[in-house]
Amino acid sequence: MALIKAHNRWVIPLTYIVALLLCVFPLVYEGRWLRPEFLALVVIFWVVRMPQQVSMTLILAMACLQDLLEGGHLGQHGLALVAVAYLALLLEARIKHYVMWQQALVVLFMVMAHQLVDNWVHSFQGGAAANLEFLMPAFTSAMIWPLVQMGMERLRLRLRVS
Amino acid sequence: MGLLSLALLLTHLFTDWLDPVVSKLQVLTTPFYKVVNTPGDLYRWGSDSMVSREELEQQNATMKAELAILKRKLQQMGALAAENVRLRQLLNSAKIISDRVLVAELISVSPDPLLHSVTLNKGIKDGVYVGQPLLDAHGLMGQVTEVGDHQSRALLITDATHALPVQVNRNGVRAVAEGVGDLYRLELRHLANTVDIRKGDLLVSSGLGQRFPVGYPVAEVMSVSRDPGQPFAKVDVRPKAQLNRSRHVLLVFSEEQALNNPGFLDKGAAGGSDQSP
Repeated sequence: MALIKAHNRWVIPLTYIVALLLCVFPLVYEGRWLRPEFLALVVIFWVVRMPQQVSMTLILAMACLQDLLEGGHLGQHGLALVAVAYLALLLEARIKHYVMWQQALVVLFMVMAHQLVDNWVHSFQGGAAANLEFLMPAFTSAMIWPLVQMGMERLRLRLRVS
Repeated sequence: MGLLSLALLLTHLFTDWLDPVVSKLQVLTTPFYKVVNTPGDLYRWGSDSMVSREELEQQNATMKAELAILKRKLQQMGALAAENVRLRQLLNSAKIISDRVLVAELISVSPDPLLHSVTLNKGIKDGVYVGQPLLDAHGLMGQVTEVGDHQSRALLITDATHALPVQVNRNGVRAVAEGVGDLYRLELRHLANTVDIRKGDLLVSSGLGQRFPVGYPVAEVMSVSRDPGQPFAKVDVRPKAQLNRSRHVLLVFSEEQALNNPGFLDKGAAGGSDQSP
């Protein structure tokens, strides 16, 4: 395989940081389950677009930062995000050719897996969700996926990230 | 990579080896909170600096009136407190010690719906310690669980992993108020069907856990349902503290803590602390 020359790779960590900012942006209490998992969405995008170039270590570091920001246990989001990244890596060849609604469907299931792992970790400390509402972010993430995908694709082409 | 994060997770869950690391790394989070709070701060600054003169005057008048009323109450309080001390001396019981407080500001609320915790802008440098009780103007809010140099994290009383000893203000019945992960509800567990508790009762902290000071309002009883088929009464209570409104909160330094760890008093005095009556 031909070696791809790195160009404007700094955009990737930058999008992670922006996603993290969106992750901690204050929301009203009633909307607490509606927040999409922005970091997972951004990770899915980069893994699907540039499977050979994204760094798992960076993803894990960002997930640890998210744990610090949200006050969870270190590695909690790391585990969930690495699972999502692995799923995305498995499916990237297909996802690339899917139309938007099919992609959104795949994203729905991947974020669901993310939430399942997250809730499993919460259950260690006795703080697991009482019902299935913890899957809500998966639906909002799938709904916002077309927006994220198109916006980031435009950004990637404009800056010729490779 | 998955194994690495699992190992990290288990280490942090079951040992306290990573706690110092986490408290150091908290510095990294500050810029995020700063950026995220900017729109809100701008809005507040705007609404603070673009108030009309009449509005300010009106606000000033109401505040003066309120101050006068509170001062009148305080006059009585002084006499009552002195009387209370004398009576307690007669009974040979321990003095009620007045607690010192430190005013802190919330800089973030955990975005994780399953975790009720807040981040405060005061840390070790201000004398904050793990386990320190957190109050707002209306009641008990929670306790500090992690301390960094300049910020700390506190667990709210409504978190599903939190419980605190309380007593009914009316008759002194003791109970344990447990969080259920709902910001507007706590539960009293293992309270017998025959216990004298009714709707509207005020619950105050009982100080039995040696962690929270005695006598701060915690919650109000909203409903009591006694089902003869069940071993315990189901009591729902609503926290007094405005857990998702309060921006300025109080960290209490109990005197016992200060005695156990000399240095807290000097350090705490450097911050914006004051004496509560």
